[in-house]
Amino acid sequence: MTTAPPKVLVTKIGLDGHDRGSRVVASYLRDAGMEVVYTPPWQDIAAVVKLATEEDVDVIGVSSLATDHLIVPKLMLALEAAGLKDIAVIVGGIVPDAGEALLLEAGVARVFHPGSALEEIAAEIVRLTGARRAANV
Amino acid sequence: MNKPVDANQLSESETGRASWQREYAAGGGSAQAAHNRSGIEVKPLYTPQDWSGDYDAELGYPGQPPYTRGIYASMHRGRTWTQRQLIGLGTPTDYNARLLDLLAQGTTAVSLIPCNSVFRGYDMDEVHAELLGTCGVVANTTEHMEQCLEGVDLARTSCAMNDPSPFTLLAFLLATAKRRGVDWRAVSGTSNQSDYLSHYVANHMFFRIALPGARRILTDHVEFCNRHLPRWNPMSVVGQHMQQAGATPAEAMAFTLCSAIQYAEDCQARGMAPDSFLPRFTFFFDISVSLFEEIAKFRAGRRIWARITRERFGARDPRSWRFKFHGQTSGVDLTRQQPLNNIARVTVQAIAGILGGLQSLHTDAYDEALSCPTEFGARIAVNTQNILREEAHLTDVIDPLGGSYYIESLTDAMEQKILAVMGEVETAGGMYAAVEQGLVQKMIGESARGIQEKIESGEQTVVGVNAYRVEEGKGERQALPAPDPEKMRAHIAAFTAFKAARSQTAVQRAQDGLAAAAGNPQVNLFERVVEAAEAGCTHGEICGTLRRELGFGLPLVMV
Repeated sequence: MTTAPPKVLVTKIGLDGHDRGSRVVASYLRDAGMEVVYTPPWQDIAAVVKLATEEDVDVIGVSSLATDHLIVPKLMLALEAAGLKDIAVIVGGIVPDAGEALLLEAGVARVFHPGSALEEIAAEIVRLTGARRAANV
Repeated sequence: MNKPVDANQLSESETGRASWQREYAAGGGSAQAAHNRSGIEVKPLYTPQDWSGDYDAELGYPGQPPYTRGIYASMHRGRTWTQRQLIGLGTPTDYNARLLDLLAQGTTAVSLIPCNSVFRGYDMDEVHAELLGTCGVVANTTEHMEQCLEGVDLARTSCAMNDPSPFTLLAFLLATAKRRGVDWRAVSGTSNQSDYLSHYVANHMFFRIALPGARRILTDHVEFCNRHLPRWNPMSVVGQHMQQAGATPAEAMAFTLCSAIQYAEDCQARGMAPDSFLPRFTFFFDISVSLFEEIAKFRAGRRIWARITRERFGARDPRSWRFKFHGQTSGVDLTRQQPLNNIARVTVQAIAGILGGLQSLHTDAYDEALSCPTEFGARIAVNTQNILREEAHLTDVIDPLGGSYYIESLTDAMEQKILAVMGEVETAGGMYAAVEQGLVQKMIGESARGIQEKIESGEQTVVGVNAYRVEEGKGERQALPAPDPEKMRAHIAAFTAFKAARSQTAVQRAQDGLAAAAGNPQVNLFERVVEAAEAGCTHGEICGTLRRELGFGLPLVMV
């Protein structure tokens, strides 16, 4: 039974660079004791999959402020193709209601909107990590 | 501080003050110190004891240094601010339809926001098609610029191009003007957000070209505009990105002034005289909902800039001393929760900018926390400006808050705070060096985290987010639908056909010229960008060549 803290990849895919949200969330999660792998914005989907594999993360958090969430379904397919379906993906940022439906349909575990408390995000990551580790024992 | 009060020894005013203090405490007035976003303590009351400055030296008259009360003698009474709504969406024909609609409603100038693919320096066929046109117009060629500006008189309408180095959109605009027979000397507008340092700091756009290359092209482009475009403002120094990224109002003003100093020094090093380029410097700021703080920020900024241009750069032309700025209401203050509340926020922000003495204003649409604005949202945003100007008559009196004990005291305090941050940047070797070292990014990151913690602890109320929450139905939040995929596919097909049909020799020649110029610092690189645009080169091709020659800008990892 491992009690290692959750390991989270905080990243941005696509074209937009507004990284205030991803930086604030990443620094909070790190201070909360999690192991955080942080990338700058503009990651390729392939690069995210590679990093998730190499780092063996429990959760991937994708920040999207300017419609980049529209390619998250592609990320979900790429993770599945790489055999990483057990990694939970959460998305935070500006995601319209229709976009949220699209993401949940594609297998995203949870979408956080502006105004979500950092504590709430951290709690969800702990929960998702627990579920993943329980399933993988 | 709290000396025992002997009423017999006090003047009448002091007696009044002492009794007010007693009644304030008895009446439940908070004893706790309040602070504004910049960390300045705000007292419950300001009196003549709080400001005893010299009127002529520190305030003066509008249009006279140090311009605390405004940069023009007549301010908004003479010429009201420019209503410049930043717009961009879909294909060039979608953009054109929205633009003509806004111009018909009272918007007076063009501001073009390109798609994020353009910001990154790519053509539409180099990126995920799902992302095209969702946040800006997909314009990659001179033909696209012609479509965007169909029906717009380029000799009469000021056009802001939101596009940093290598300024391909300006090149496309110049090529369009030439095709329409409009003299470049008549073309007016701004290379909006030409400030590459702010982009780099706030990561708002991908840094297309590494810092040294971006620095050179910016200076080349200022030189080009000095020679050929007398009505164009090539320098737009941007505090907006940094404040949106988390900088406090005082920090944002300080960093912006430091960037402006950096650019002025770079122009000087190129042999340009300060009075040849400083009159073409413009500024672009975020306006938060912190009303009085924002007003004081702008008043202090004007005063500092007047001093810098005169004392540090020895500028003699009063046009060089004037701190011309565009304000954009802050998107970060807007909430997704109960989005109609954003109309109230934008109104307060716009009042702050107007009373702060801006020259040009963009009001956010209430639905910008959800998506790019809908037509309905954009119309309310424009009318907010119309209401403030023509119903509330905010233009009747120049600097109406001037002389307020609070505003003058706060202006001084903001000035001190701004100068202190500027001192830190100067110690690091100036803005370029401070950004290279990550100092500015670090300060902004810390401030962003600080603001978030205040919101989470409830110290800072955000209506609908940490207070006054209500259950909302999903239908209440209407977002702008993504651009019609059919139209976008046709746009891509036309682009592919265009590339196949153009003169490949002319394109190759222009690309070679660009690459050669990149290696030769004696050549004005922006001149070659304009030639490439005229020869039919695309945005992605121009950026690609320069990226290859000058290096790719990589962000610093800062958490």
